[in-house]
Amino acid sequence: MPIDIDIARVAHLARIALTEEELASYGAQLEVILEHAERVQALPTEGVEPTSHPLPMVNGFRADEVGDCLEPESFLSEAPDSEAGQFRVPKILG
Amino acid sequence: MNAWEAVIGIETHVELSTNSKMFCRCPVDDNAEPNTACCPVCLALPGALPVPNEKAIEGIIKIGTALECDINESSLFYRKNYFYPDLPKNYQISQYTFPVCEFGKLEIDVDGELMTVGITRVHMEEDTGKSTHMGDSGGRIHGADHTLLDFNRAGVPLVEVVTEPDITSPEQARAYGEELQRIVLALGVSDARLETGSMRFDANVSVRPKGTTELGTRTETKNVNSLRSLQRAIAFEIDRQVKLIEDGGEVVLETRHWNEDTGVTTSMRKKEESEDYRYFQDPDLLPLEVTPEWKTAIKDSLPELPSAARARYRSLGADSATAAILGDNPVLAGLFETSVGSGASPRSVGNWLTGEVIAHARRGEIGVEDTSLDADHLVELSSMIDDNKLSSSAAKEVLIAAMDGEGSPVDIAQARDLLQVSDVGAVEAAVDTVLAENPDAIEKIRSGDMKPIGFLMGQVMRVTGGKADPKVVQSLLRSKTQQ
Amino acid sequence: MSDLSDLTISDAGAGLRNKDFTSVELLDAVTTRASFTEAQLHAYLVLDRDGARSAAEAADALLAEGRDLGLLHGIPIALKDNMCTEGLATTASSQILAGWKPPYDATVVARLRDGGAVITGKTNLDEFAMGSSTENSAYGTTRNPWNPDHVPGGSSGGSAAAVAVGSAFGALGSDTGGSIRQPAALCGVVGMKPTYGLVSRYGLIAFASSLDQIGPLTRSVSDSAAVLDTIAGWDRFDSTSIDGKVPDLSGSIGKGVDGLRIGIVSELMGDGIDPQIRSAVSAMASKLEASGAEVVEVGLPSSEYALSAYYLIAPAECSANLARFDGVRYGHRSDVEGTTEDMMSHTRAEGFGPEVIRRILLGTYALSAGYYDAFYGQAQRVRTLVRKDFSAAYEKVDVLISPTSPTTAFRVGERSADPIAMYYSDVCTIPSNLAGDPAISIPIGLDESGLPIGFQVMAPALGEEIMYQVAAAVESLAGFEDRAALATSKVVAP
Repeated sequence: MPIDIDIARVAHLARIALTEEELASYGAQLEVILEHAERVQALPTEGVEPTSHPLPMVNGFRADEVGDCLEPESFLSEAPDSEAGQFRVPKILG
Repeated sequence: MNAWEAVIGIETHVELSTNSKMFCRCPVDDNAEPNTACCPVCLALPGALPVPNEKAIEGIIKIGTALECDINESSLFYRKNYFYPDLPKNYQISQYTFPVCEFGKLEIDVDGELMTVGITRVHMEEDTGKSTHMGDSGGRIHGADHTLLDFNRAGVPLVEVVTEPDITSPEQARAYGEELQRIVLALGVSDARLETGSMRFDANVSVRPKGTTELGTRTETKNVNSLRSLQRAIAFEIDRQVKLIEDGGEVVLETRHWNEDTGVTTSMRKKEESEDYRYFQDPDLLPLEVTPEWKTAIKDSLPELPSAARARYRSLGADSATAAILGDNPVLAGLFETSVGSGASPRSVGNWLTGEVIAHARRGEIGVEDTSLDADHLVELSSMIDDNKLSSSAAKEVLIAAMDGEGSPVDIAQARDLLQVSDVGAVEAAVDTVLAENPDAIEKIRSGDMKPIGFLMGQVMRVTGGKADPKVVQSLLRSKTQQ
Repeated sequence: MSDLSDLTISDAGAGLRNKDFTSVELLDAVTTRASFTEAQLHAYLVLDRDGARSAAEAADALLAEGRDLGLLHGIPIALKDNMCTEGLATTASSQILAGWKPPYDATVVARLRDGGAVITGKTNLDEFAMGSSTENSAYGTTRNPWNPDHVPGGSSGGSAAAVAVGSAFGALGSDTGGSIRQPAALCGVVGMKPTYGLVSRYGLIAFASSLDQIGPLTRSVSDSAAVLDTIAGWDRFDSTSIDGKVPDLSGSIGKGVDGLRIGIVSELMGDGIDPQIRSAVSAMASKLEASGAEVVEVGLPSSEYALSAYYLIAPAECSANLARFDGVRYGHRSDVEGTTEDMMSHTRAEGFGPEVIRRILLGTYALSAGYYDAFYGQAQRVRTLVRKDFSAAYEKVDVLISPTSPTTAFRVGERSADPIAMYYSDVCTIPSNLAGDPAISIPIGLDESGLPIGFQVMAPALGEEIMYQVAAAVESLAGFEDRAALATSKVVAP
């Protein structure tokens, strides 16, 4: 499979603002890495189940119990911007 | 318009009313001050991990079971990746392939006609935070200067119910929404309030020429905060799309916003063709396993569902319209069941409950449960009617007095002197008196003109103060005038 | 130069209980050592002098009352700076988290504190644990104590260097593809990655969630077991932590290898491995055989694809895990004018270093529509094959052995321009991460340039007992002692 990367679209999906030069450079690097990664396709895997999790465990539930919350000050003091007990961000639409 | 048909699918989000959030121990609390129901997990602080709430999983299995879905023995959590400031992790934990529930159906009653809506899937996910748009835009996102974020709602368990595109009219859509809301309420898993957003409908609408099978381009309408708006918004959208196409335009794949005040939908955002959520199984969460035993235990624990309750009311003698009203009103339904179970007439009780009782409570702006009416009153009242001791109009008066706490129907009827005289001897005396006063009426009747019968009836009722049983009076008048 | 800071944890613990010295004196010894070595090595991002001193004083006070919190009571331990510490800056060596003070402790941190350990500070790493040399830190490169022109390995290079040089008695690292074992090998210390799920990940800043595990770096195998014993066990805050019996490690050390079946992995003894390392590993295998073990060659045929699979799976998971760094709730925010989306995109471009950006882009691409099955899906199936290879191998043998790293410590800058060469550093360690199995690196000697060689012992899931049993035998057969002193002598001018 030829490696065909729309690097600008990938960078947009990942929300990383890159210059044209950076895009070209990362695009070229990704192509090299993917040529190696493509080796996985050489292995026949018909009928092989994918592994998402290394151990055969299920559920891992907790009971529906309320625990302690954080004091808002403990995290709002770390926020880049806040107002009236809330996180503040620039306008969402341009 | 008649040349077009609509194809409608509905996505419903239901916030579960668990004690704690889906993946952390913060409380589910609509009324908390902003950001006071938050922890490292629901704020997506670095290093935090989700741990699923068993009660929420139980809740979705209940909904899926009620919607006759297959409950998958193994299902998976996925990450749905998209950046938005109200989504702390910038991915939503949701489901993709292998949701908890699939392939269900819901039977709905649309103005007396039954139809089945297919349920594609019911899956588990988490809610986002709340945005408040600031500046001179009146709270709207368009034109806002900046936005404030409250993450109290982030991570509240959310169940999404997705239908097949089986719905073809705004009325059907509303009936579907109503029935789904009834089920969720009956299950007790959510308060299912559209006005607060604990139940939210998104309508996918497209139109196509009647008789064709290819789907038209759809729009997704959001911000529908009542069942009436759901119906109105869909009607508007069908109309808009048909006009657009007939005028030579094209429907655009987009998300639209229903505006309650103006009664129109407006474009919110074009769906990016490149919208790419990069779903993959969430490695922080294990596969969900629902054992057959768990499934059975939940199924056995389900309360009676609205459709079954309505069927039962019908089997007790209620007509369909009454059964539907009882189905939406547990207090009335309780009064109906208890009184009919004790021998009251289902027809009379049904008529009273859905007529005078609701109307009187509404006039007083109280609930039926806040009045003095009980099932014994209805039994007593019904038996007085059966025994011809009370006219139907007097019964309504007694009923209202009973609701107002004036005592038992028998006491009220006596106190207000409303009891009917059905003793033939007493009525006969009154009939004889009236006949003696109206010889010319008798003549007319004997000559074949039956009109004066009604006049004589009225005279007898006047003499008895309205308490004579009309049936007895009529039969006496006929027999005596024919002599 | 040899002092208290060169003791093992077990000797330091014995001395504390014997009142030979206090926890405060142990802390003074490591901070003094750090004051000599830090300028050159830069193992630490921050030394928490005040916090450590009060913890040491508290530990001394408790011990004076006769209260003993366990094997790490009063022992100065360093933390890789991708584990959250309440009120103490935690950056994952990234600009995007510059100065961020978490409002909570990671579970391992809480367990160390509950066990009486004294947390010295936060050690340097490759940004978000992505790297094999600790050169990808936004806050400067850590140097190898054995030769400061060389890298300490990575990504837990700061922890490995601190333990090697004696500026901590032990440290925690995290291992996603070898990030504990490879720097341990390159710095001549013991580094261990537990079975996936044995140690809680809550509070570990995630790189690749299905691979990440926290584990100890120490100067002896028995110290490694002591640290693991303190941090292991089910955690209500980590759904993937194992709810069950924690391996009993106390009895496994010193039992020898007589009668054990040991498999040497043939694919990890090929041309890609430095000949000096191959011969050192072979020599150790012979010693194990001479001690009564049966040593056979075992194949892991899918392992040659493991590296490729890893470089799809780990970036894919990281692309989502690092999405939360958006300038909204914490960390760096770009002051670019515009919308929230502009702010986010510029924040991330400014805050992430090139290796992190490279991996996020790679992962985003591997997950995107049209490529998912060819890349991510296929990598997950390869992961299944790797696990099956291990299962088949463990039908025949009790443990597997191999080199830990294909080379000894390389020179600073040598591989930084060539990602593929850098990625190859993890070729021996990645298979255990894909399988979720435990593995440990033990130093067994020095190469001709005087740089340490690491030896890896791998065991099946929850096979920590037998893994430590073999590791302890390897340690004693290697006779690689006085490591901290030896390392220090290279960096501290007399």
